[in-house]
Amino acid sequence: MALNKPYSDIPGTTVFDADMARRGYHLNQFCMSLMKPDNRERFKAGERAYLDEWPMTEEQKQAVLARDYNRMIAAGGNIYFLAKLFATDGQSFEQAAASMTGLSRERYREMMLDGGRKPEGQTGE
Amino acid sequence: MARITAGVCTSHVPAVGAAIDMGKTGDDYWKPVFAGYEFSKQWIKEEKPDVIFLVYNDHATAMDLRLIPTFAIGCGDKFDPADEGWGPRPVPVVQGCPELAWHVAQSVIQSDFDLTIVNEMNVDHGLTVPLSLMFGQPDQWPCRVIPFAVNVVVYPPPSGQRCFNLGKAIRKAVESFDDDLKVQIWGTGGMSHQLQGSRAGLINQEFDNQFLDRLRTDAEGLALLPHLDYVRDAGSEGIELVMWLVMRGALNADARELYRFYHVPASNTALGHVIYENSM
Repeated sequence: MALNKPYSDIPGTTVFDADMARRGYHLNQFCMSLMKPDNRERFKAGERAYLDEWPMTEEQKQAVLARDYNRMIAAGGNIYFLAKLFATDGQSFEQAAASMTGLSRERYREMMLDGGRKPEGQTGE
Repeated sequence: MARITAGVCTSHVPAVGAAIDMGKTGDDYWKPVFAGYEFSKQWIKEEKPDVIFLVYNDHATAMDLRLIPTFAIGCGDKFDPADEGWGPRPVPVVQGCPELAWHVAQSVIQSDFDLTIVNEMNVDHGLTVPLSLMFGQPDQWPCRVIPFAVNVVVYPPPSGQRCFNLGKAIRKAVESFDDDLKVQIWGTGGMSHQLQGSRAGLINQEFDNQFLDRLRTDAEGLALLPHLDYVRDAGSEGIELVMWLVMRGALNADARELYRFYHVPASNTALGHVIYENSM
């Protein structure tokens, strides 16, 4: 019997469950490797070559190269692992979060200063 | 006999740590956040705990997908601040309390909670930001710390009820330790926030304030709140709040809320902070 996923209808939200953790294993472990300064340098020097050292899917690699965090999440990425990637780019959680909502950094920051996104199922702008 | 004298809960937003480390606490954006901890810093200076039992979550730092313990207790002598990709935070090394940690591990495992014992691990912002908020920027942390990591990253996290009951088991363990130690229990993380997807930026002030009220008056009922409600109402990362229930379970039902602070926003997050005094 399939496992129950009562959370699957929450909009704009991916729960990092067993299926996602399996799908994203190598993508997330690649991100973990960026915790080491030497690896960060090697990755920056040649992203594609570094990614090719990992048994990731082509879709995962393309999502990383495009820095498309929503695509990475759909491919099994988890935000705390992906944080190692945007940290390598010198970005904050705020910048990365803004990029996932489709808002500019300024507009996202304004939304947060206004009390954040309301919980009633909205996404995007 | 060791005893749990107080509980502290606070959010552990990484940007708060960065603001401290980069000397930005006086900026217009951050000033109201740090003003909310002035009382707490004074209070803890007078309280002088010997040991802090610090419940937090590792954010894919010491624990990646190779090993995913639901509950992990740090039994080592010391824990270094981790490099999370930006370089390690410039904060003191965390001194552990192995004798109490091992005692708690044995007692709590015998109370049917299957803890993972960790002797070596680095600690991330989840643990060091609360220390910075409460103690500022000392050369050494003024007390010893037992790191206690809860998995809230990979589904399913432990339920609120499980966390609340775990708090009770920790309390029993601490109180059966012979040395006369003043122990505080801290729960960290939350409050409402979502860092991922097109719903990122979610904040729910109504949920957070109800959570703070019920933590004080109806913790047993609050512990029954299911995972789905946290994710739907407090955002995918709001589930960190179950760690506050570990703190509450370790205190008496009639423990007194001494202080409460709530502020929106701190980066992506609704920041909450409480201090409870345990009744003796």
